[in-house]
Amino acid sequence: MSEELSSIDRVQTLLRAHAYVADRALSTVVYLALKLQRPVFLEGEPGTGKTEIARTLATALGRRLIRLQCYEGLDASSAVYEWNFAAQMLAIRAAQATGDAQAIKDTLFGPEFLIERPLLEAMRPQPGGAPVLLIDEIDRTDEPFEAFLLEALSDYQVTIPELGTIKATEAPIVILTSNRTREVHDALKRRCLYHWVDYPAFQRELDILTARAPEASATLSREIVAFVQRLRSEDLFKKPGVAETIDWAKCLLALDVVELSPEVIADTLGAILKYQDDIARLQGLEASRILDEARQSLAPS
Amino acid sequence: MARYADLSIPEDGKLVDNITHFARALRRAGLPIGPGRVRLAIEAVAAAGFARKPDFYWTLHAVFVNRPEERQVFNQIFRLYWRDPRYLEHMMSLMLPAIRNVAEEKAAESAAKRAAEALLDGAQAPEPPQSGDDSDNTEIQIDASQTASADERLRHLDFEQMSTQEMADAKRMLARLHLPVRPLKTRRLRPSPTGRRPDWRASMRAALRHGGEMTRIYRRAPATRWPALIVLCDISGSMSQYSRMVLHFVHAVANRRGQGWSKVHAFTFGTRLTNITHHLRSRDVDAALNAAGAQAQDWQGGTRIGACLRAFNVDWSRRVLGQGAVVLLISDGLDRDDPALLGHEMQRLHLSSRRLIWLNPLLRWDAFAPRARGVRAMLPHVDSFRAGHNVASLDALARAISDTDDHGEKARLMAMLND
Repeated sequence: MSEELSSIDRVQTLLRAHAYVADRALSTVVYLALKLQRPVFLEGEPGTGKTEIARTLATALGRRLIRLQCYEGLDASSAVYEWNFAAQMLAIRAAQATGDAQAIKDTLFGPEFLIERPLLEAMRPQPGGAPVLLIDEIDRTDEPFEAFLLEALSDYQVTIPELGTIKATEAPIVILTSNRTREVHDALKRRCLYHWVDYPAFQRELDILTARAPEASATLSREIVAFVQRLRSEDLFKKPGVAETIDWAKCLLALDVVELSPEVIADTLGAILKYQDDIARLQGLEASRILDEARQSLAPS
Repeated sequence: MARYADLSIPEDGKLVDNITHFARALRRAGLPIGPGRVRLAIEAVAAAGFARKPDFYWTLHAVFVNRPEERQVFNQIFRLYWRDPRYLEHMMSLMLPAIRNVAEEKAAESAAKRAAEALLDGAQAPEPPQSGDDSDNTEIQIDASQTASADERLRHLDFEQMSTQEMADAKRMLARLHLPVRPLKTRRLRPSPTGRRPDWRASMRAALRHGGEMTRIYRRAPATRWPALIVLCDISGSMSQYSRMVLHFVHAVANRRGQGWSKVHAFTFGTRLTNITHHLRSRDVDAALNAAGAQAQDWQGGTRIGACLRAFNVDWSRRVLGQGAVVLLISDGLDRDDPALLGHEMQRLHLSSRRLIWLNPLLRWDAFAPRARGVRAMLPHVDSFRAGHNVASLDALARAISDTDDHGEKARLMAMLND
């Protein structure tokens, strides 16, 4: 393990230096994952920065980021490897024509015809050290694939019948994320360090926003965060995540807004709320009431 | 942190012991923790150090907690345990036998009750009719015809008008009913001789066996899977008799292997929404329904359909309706809340489910008209509207559930609504 990650504090500082504001709990989990070479299982509402941590880690450590986006029906051939069958077929035909049968026999199931997919790629040594493997939205796959992942994640190896077992020389840094649209099986979770990524508290969200959208004025940032925090306590169908806060701030900056007002909020509500029901509720008086309350919560400090 | 001073030397085994005991305490509190986790916890603590209490907390948290709902339990036990390990041990040892006894007693009680019923039934069963010297053949024939007509009568008898004995017979009939369903196509492929996509992997393997001569192209087609069934059952006062019977039916459906449905989730609602899914897994139908009833706690209370549907939409719909689920809503639609809210939540439920079927026992009356505000608000947002008051109607549901063209009585009642 590299020098800059030899303690929890250093992990936190390093992430911070790359514009990711992690709380102590998340830093601890990341530190443990690196030290014990265990996958991290991050669960939480959408937009709380689960995917982002993988990206930041990869940049901060100077590693390659390999991303496996999960979807229903994802299977081994699109996650691990596939043979380039068309090329193999052509090679066989060519060999038949030239009578060079033995040569083709040796190379047919060799690296030349192997198409590597994310999981296998992650097992390969990469320049700059083991890569960061992001298995995103694991809750979207079906259960057979989850079971398939068990081997890959506990021993960091994959088995290809024609080539044998390929084991990673250096364990990749694995981050799994889930939005909890369904429960992921315990067997998979048991192999990981678990962390629930919650909505951040006011100060941390403000730190995140300052790190991500530094061009926003301090006053505007505070107003934005206070408003979003207040909004999360409302009875909404989908509460805005941190990603939405950042989007919204950027959106307001693009419109040269210096101060929130009910009209501005009404115009840009689509950046923070993604359901028509929620938007309809927030139109008009509701928005100005929440804005007032948010301003009041800012007043004493 | 003075109280960790004595923990700071791993070699003396004290920390290891403490973590092991802590893991045991968590396990007793219901967290699924195996020996592997304990080992990992020790490794993790050794890696992270324990100079600071928050780090120690989050280290153990990362290892032992697996679900968001476990965080609370972990938090409480952590506080209790690391204040004084023996204190918690003591508490647990005081409490556990009591808990265990209660649980055992409860199980015994339910079993004993049924055993007693079984014995009593035997004792009170009428003597076999003295058939005199009639030949066996005729007697069997008469018996059979009587049973058939009794069954037929029972099939059409309203749940509410049944005697206890009839209820028991009806439950047995319900347990035999099926809810057949059509499978859904997925993006996952499986080998199929008539599939449209060539399976190069399989074809190549076969070709290699013949020295590279491709004799046949293997094919693949989308695999199929079964949809999930979500049951939302109204258990308010006016519905209790029906909902009990329907839940019997749902229990049978949930526990029949190989009948289609990938998963069966059940929720009850009255004044609030309760997830009773895991109770349905209990093999014993009475135990399952008792447990469900104990958890729901609003049997025969009032009805707030809109609010309960909202609770379902917010907390559960994205988790259980994601994969093409069929929703079975059992309610009389008599709601005292705001009809606008109810209509709105019904619409959302409809939009997120594959098929929404409403079973309403009130529909048994020919004169039923959508006059109640609740019914008027809900009706436009269902795919099918059916009666659900006797065995025959549930049987009909079984036939209609996978028929996408089946709308039940919806069209007729919608016409009345628009008049």
